[in-house]
Amino acid sequence: MIEMEKVSKWYGEFRVLDDCTTRVDKGEVVVVCGPSGSGKSTLIKCVNGLEPFQQGTVTVNGVSVGDSDTDLPKLRSHIGMVFQNFELFPHINIIQNIQLAQEKVLSRSADESHKRGMELLERVGLKDQADKFPAQLSGGQQQRVAIARGLAMDPIAMLFDEPTSALDPEMINEVLDVMVELAQEGMTMMVVTHEMGFARKVADRVIFMDEGRIEEDCTTEEFFGTKRGERAEVFLSKII
Amino acid sequence: MFADFDFAVVIKSLPFLWEGMQLTLLLTILAIGGGLILGTILALCRLSPYKLLSFAAGSYVNFFRSMPLILVIFWFYFLVPLIVGRPVGGFYSVLVAFVMFEAAYYCEIMRAGIQSIRKSQVHAGQALGLTYQQNMRYIVLPQAFRNMIPILLTQAIVLFQDTSLVYVVGLHDFLVNAEIIANRDNRLIEMFTTVAIIYFVLCLSASLSVGALQRKYAK
Repeated sequence: MIEMEKVSKWYGEFRVLDDCTTRVDKGEVVVVCGPSGSGKSTLIKCVNGLEPFQQGTVTVNGVSVGDSDTDLPKLRSHIGMVFQNFELFPHINIIQNIQLAQEKVLSRSADESHKRGMELLERVGLKDQADKFPAQLSGGQQQRVAIARGLAMDPIAMLFDEPTSALDPEMINEVLDVMVELAQEGMTMMVVTHEMGFARKVADRVIFMDEGRIEEDCTTEEFFGTKRGERAEVFLSKII
Repeated sequence: MFADFDFAVVIKSLPFLWEGMQLTLLLTILAIGGGLILGTILALCRLSPYKLLSFAAGSYVNFFRSMPLILVIFWFYFLVPLIVGRPVGGFYSVLVAFVMFEAAYYCEIMRAGIQSIRKSQVHAGQALGLTYQQNMRYIVLPQAFRNMIPILLTQAIVLFQDTSLVYVVGLHDFLVNAEIIANRDNRLIEMFTTVAIIYFVLCLSASLSVGALQRKYAK
């Protein structure tokens, strides 16, 4: 479903992504990990074209992301994305956050988008918060709303960019639980995270990145078994 | 000096002063509205990736910010009838002058407001499939406006005071009407003191409410 072929990106002289090739198949959960500055977030943002890249190709469902003829807004509307700092819209309330794109992008009626929004809020356990504003919610709650906002678009895949990094430890699990549930339902997911417990539990594959390169790309069993390389070994010993 | 201060003159002149105040307020409100719309469009042009657009908007802003307001008022007073091909009257030429002049300042305020919105908010809108225009309209501009309310209001207060310059093209605003009575009745002290107090009270209360707003949004 998502294919990346020899993707490279430079900021001036500095090479952020170096010849990255990987794929995420339908229904697969792929965890991307690696030290900070290794290009994980940049890589995942290339999937929906939030970050432009200079070389290589990214295709989602057969559509080339880097092609200048591609209708990027349309392509993005099929891929949900969850950000490190939640990025709920602070000037509108929770349910409006979930309804906005449904109405403006998918042209759903207010009733329809409201109904879908409330279903999803119930699912992430926040039905009673619908009329509050983002600033009134805890980080964990905001991130669950952000997931609901992405799901409201009925995406074919979900991208998570360090969804728990900005959270206090006691809130991490409430977000991970929602993600685990999603994974078990068969959602196609690409997740940048340091949560190795999550990776072990639901990931089909683990990608390890270092200095803009994909150093490891193997099944979860292989990664947590003995097959990983030296750099991944060092990284894992630091975070577990 | 204030020994023979005649309140009766002031009271009697209030209806006439109110007539002038109506013009002052009308001009202020229309100029704020027009300036804000044009200023926002200019700000979007200035931030546009199209070099020509951003250069044109930048030149516009630099040009008007380098001109004294009174010159702009004069200029449009003589220019607008030439462009339109018929006399338009002082009010419309002055309105055009104020809108064009204020737009340059509102542009810079809006530009700062738009740039104050974090890039990741823009990304969030994009990731949901919003187009550039939708993202601006529903995500960026509402937040930018809200952040900019205090400074936009401060600029509005300055504009309210600046409208007194319309005397140069013979319009009867608040200050001009006061001056007419002052000269007719030879009551300069009464009239100009009254006008000063009214300007002071209006502007001070507006400033205080801006302060209150700032505290509210600073949270």
